Amino acid sequence: MALLEVRGVSKAFRGLRAVQSVSFDVAEGAIAAMIGPNGAGKTTCFNVIAGVFAPDTGTVSLGGRAITGLHPHLVCRAGVGRTFQVVKPFPQMSVLDNVVVGALNASARVADARREARRVLELLHLQEKRGALAASLTLPERKRLEVARAMATRPRLLLLDEVMAGLRPTEVDEMVGVFRRINRETGLTILLIEHVMRAVMALAGRVVVLHHGEKICEGAPEEVVRDPAVLECYLGEEAL
Amino acid sequence: MTPDLIANVVIAGLLTGLVYGLMALGLSVIFGVVRVVNFAHGEMMTIAMYAAVILFAALGFDPLLAVVPVAAAFFGFGYALQSALINPFITRPEHSQFMLLVAVALIMVNALLMIFGPDARSVQVDYQLESYAIGPILIDKARLLAAGMAVATSAALFAFFRLSLVGKAIRACADNHLGAQVVGLNVKRLYALTFGVGSACVAVAGCMMILLVDVTPVLGPAYTLLAFVIVIVGGLGSMPGALLGGVLIGVSEALAGLLIVPSAKSMFSFALLILVLLFRPQGLLGKRT
Amino acid sequence: MSPERRAAILLTLLGAALVALPWLAGSYVLSVATLILFFAYTGQAWNVMMGFAGQLSLGHSLYVGLGAYAAAGLFFHYGIGPWAGVWLAIAACVAAGAVIGFLAFRFGISGVYFALLTIAFAEFTRIGFDHIQWLGGPGGLFIKVEQREAWDLLDLRGTPRMFYYVMLALTTGAFALCAWLLRSRAGYYWQAIRENEEAAQALGINTFRWKMLAVVISAAMTAVSGVFFAFYYNNLFPEQIFHISRSIEIILGPIIGGLGTLFGPILGAAVLTILADGITELMALAGLEIPGVKQVFYGLCLLVVVMFLPHGIWPTIARRLGLTRR
Repeated sequence: MALLEVRGVSKAFRGLRAVQSVSFDVAEGAIAAMIGPNGAGKTTCFNVIAGVFAPDTGTVSLGGRAITGLHPHLVCRAGVGRTFQVVKPFPQMSVLDNVVVGALNASARVADARREARRVLELLHLQEKRGALAASLTLPERKRLEVARAMATRPRLLLLDEVMAGLRPTEVDEMVGVFRRINRETGLTILLIEHVMRAVMALAGRVVVLHHGEKICEGAPEEVVRDPAVLECYLGEEAL
Repeated sequence: MTPDLIANVVIAGLLTGLVYGLMALGLSVIFGVVRVVNFAHGEMMTIAMYAAVILFAALGFDPLLAVVPVAAAFFGFGYALQSALINPFITRPEHSQFMLLVAVALIMVNALLMIFGPDARSVQVDYQLESYAIGPILIDKARLLAAGMAVATSAALFAFFRLSLVGKAIRACADNHLGAQVVGLNVKRLYALTFGVGSACVAVAGCMMILLVDVTPVLGPAYTLLAFVIVIVGGLGSMPGALLGGVLIGVSEALAGLLIVPSAKSMFSFALLILVLLFRPQGLLGKRT
Repeated sequence: MSPERRAAILLTLLGAALVALPWLAGSYVLSVATLILFFAYTGQAWNVMMGFAGQLSLGHSLYVGLGAYAAAGLFFHYGIGPWAGVWLAIAACVAAGAVIGFLAFRFGISGVYFALLTIAFAEFTRIGFDHIQWLGGPGGLFIKVEQREAWDLLDLRGTPRMFYYVMLALTTGAFALCAWLLRSRAGYYWQAIRENEEAAQALGINTFRWKMLAVVISAAMTAVSGVFFAFYYNNLFPEQIFHISRSIEIILGPIIGGLGTLFGPILGAAVLTILADGITELMALAGLEIPGVKQVFYGLCLLVVVMFLPHGIWPTIARRLGLTRR
């Protein structure tokens, strides 16, 4: 059963076609990855799904319900959590309070939200830093905080935008382990944009490849990395 | 309400509006380049007016002459203000810089109050009583000269920004802060220069304004708001826009003073500001960011 | 001893001192204390909008004035007392705040443009009220002072001591309300909006609605201080009460004390008023009476705080007193 259905989504900015007629599904409980060279339209896709822009054409559905063009906060309330490519923590608030803000999306009472926030922080190994100001965290920690905050909203679908960028291989493996565990234990559906192929191969059951705004390939990771069109778009522009 | 009366009022408003425009030009230059909301702009105008008064009282300088030393002094002051107080603040949040200038404005207004007291001061030159007659239209000589000086200063400013190397460098900064740094421009120094140039504009405007109205310390905030109304209506980052906005405000205030209760005429400017902020925030000639 | 325990003890001591003040101090100190509490209360109300939700309002004198004129007008023309008049005051200010907030947030106006918008509305109203003859016009509105001996809480006519306690009650109420708000969902959501509005939206927060709430609550609270102003000073002039210097006075306390904190506005108001009065007294002793000195002093304080203590003086003091965990 597909949780996320993207159908014929196009988005242009002042004549520049960022995304053209992109369609794909993400099955419930699956982990899927969206890859492609820089400028392929991946983050624009995310922004359309998350409601930052309305698409020029096309629809987005979550669990059968159309969420095309809804305001970002309504998309979140419908069950989509997202991180940002350039992290956006709440710098003057504590790590815990950052996550509480997310948890309040699903909990009516502040006390419940705080408890949920603590739980999520443990999952992402940030519980020791819960009293520190978000501004004092290192970049990898901020990325984990961003994920924790999005997860605390109790989403059905989690959109991760390049959360592995800048991490060392051991840190990448650690994050991969965390996502695998969460996906296995809670069935959280994850769609990630990634350049770090190590993470893509380890996590994704399905991969969608974008190039110049169009989908050029879709399938299991092993198939996709051997696809001639994919190899051409990557080797032609950047080495894998 | 004869056509002659209206024509006279409109022309007077237009000429005054050109002086307003010069004041707003200074603000537009500062805001457009340095992106600092100079909340002390009106206070600087008031100080310039007092400077003209003092130079007249002490040395007999005609304000048209006083323009030179006052503008030079203000250039230095603006340069120093930007270097010492504002440049260190560039990375701070927007409202920090704003509050900084609110503090400066507060100090300026009340320092003026302490030094000069609340009574109005003015200059008395002969040509304030003369006027030219073109048919039924009467044009005050002082107003015409003031407007002329405003136009001349604006033209000099345009030339500076279009033709000189420094001017072009400043425009580069305004267009692309990071790019300018990458290319090797000393952005902080250029910001200081810009603030100096903007301040010099205000200085000239102030010297001209004292020919038209008396000065009291409390004029500061009113002029600050007026400058913002003009800049926002005319369009941020557009120099012609500042002059156009000034003329528009000058004429509409003059007409409003004629058609509705005179003391309510500035209500019109505020209503205009609200409308522009809501419906066309880039102003008439400004660029949409 | 935990920080919470320490805070509770210090707060109780302060409360007791404030309640006992009228018996310990003379009339001059009492009037200064009343003024401090007035600015503490109004500053706290402004703090809800700025310190909590990050919306810079430089036109708060609008709400003080509207509140004052609403209640004073009712009393002057119909003899309706302040306890009823305050509801009209609150309604008027909520309406004004809602209009400003709606216009600003719907059209995406923020930061300094929002500040300019608030100034424009306040100035527009100032000049407008100069022309409302029914409320006295530029000549002012004067409320009769029946007596100053007995406590008439119904019409707020009475001794300075009565006014002091009324203001103390208001300030305590504001403090409690803000403390509760900060710990509630509103507090978290407002801070999130202040820190990063885009991220807040991605977490399910309807930022428009919550920003409106901050504006409306702030306006409503300020309305009450306007009513107090009217019945304490008994005369209102549009030029004075709507003036931009009023708006600036209101924000000095919270900024110098500490934006977004609970105790900042109170401490800021106290420090500023006491120091300013001290300066005026010193100058009077030296035989000088120069208008504008107090404001220059305020300006210098603001300058120093903005440059060197952007979080205000309270956070540092709170740390010294052992009231924070960090």
